[in-house]
Amino acid sequence: MEDAGFIIGSYVLTFATVGLLGWRYLRSGRKLADRVPDEEKYWL
Amino acid sequence: MTTTDPNLTSEHDGAVASTAGGTGTRGTRIIGIATIVAMGWLVAFGLGFSPEDRDQREAVRLLYVHVPTIWIAYLAFTVTAIGSGMYLFRKSLGWDRLAGASAEIGTVFVAVTLVVGALWGRLTWGVFWQWDARLTTTALLFVTYIGYLAVRRLDGTHEQRARRSAVIGLIAVLEIPLVHWSVRLWRSLHQEATVLGTDADVSMDGLMLFSLFVGVIAFSLLYLWLVMHRTRGMFLEDYLDDRGLDVALAARRAEAAAASVPAPPVGQRPEGTN
Repeated sequence: MEDAGFIIGSYVLTFATVGLLGWRYLRSGRKLADRVPDEEKYWL
Repeated sequence: MTTTDPNLTSEHDGAVASTAGGTGTRGTRIIGIATIVAMGWLVAFGLGFSPEDRDQREAVRLLYVHVPTIWIAYLAFTVTAIGSGMYLFRKSLGWDRLAGASAEIGTVFVAVTLVVGALWGRLTWGVFWQWDARLTTTALLFVTYIGYLAVRRLDGTHEQRARRSAVIGLIAVLEIPLVHWSVRLWRSLHQEATVLGTDADVSMDGLMLFSLFVGVIAFSLLYLWLVMHRTRGMFLEDYLDDRGLDVALAARRAEAAAASVPAPPVGQRPEGTN
């Protein structure tokens, strides 16, 4: 495959970016949720 | 807006400690697994099964990421506008949080579009960037939503934040048609829309179109998963902000009450305290 570095690099960059965003949301959500009583969480 | 008091815990404010972790539910876990599966399919079709293009050659594989990310960004900013309008109409902060969460995710997706587009441009045009109508309007869209997110972080109550950002969210969405139609409005190096064009005829190879479809499904699921978690995270931030303010107000009231208690009469003072 020609230009494989660009193509695979693009996929890696994309997945790394959205993966980092998802991880950040999960981590901050867990930290904040520990300080809030369950009855206040409308999704439970 | 972040929490104001890092010491504010369930023990400090007398609330019952949380037993369930995070912002996840069974629904988000199912969507998360479906997203991972769809992303696996995207890699398989995008990098493996899809044939190379006659003109773009292997660079066409970048479009299975580039095109879905900008479409989902359009969707995200449209949801922001709907959330903004609904906040102004209903005055419910839930709509504001949906608008803010969606704008955050949309901005990240536009950033991915711009970077992957630059790499595609290097392979196809020989340059990373051109001040072309489509590229410039997309960069402007990105900067606009960075501004929107900055406004959300200004000082003020949650209602002030919601009102300010709702107005911007409703105006900023008008850029989307400008970005989409820029290739027709101005002379542009960027190719015209192949799928979302004015004519119904989609002149794409079936497997290429299917790979693009897989990309759209994968990034749609990802968007849904992200927006659910982020909206709940924003609710927790707002809740803790409010609780932090309540605790500070209660402490100030207690101080004021203690200061207003009258001093005991002179005759009742302890000996030696004149």
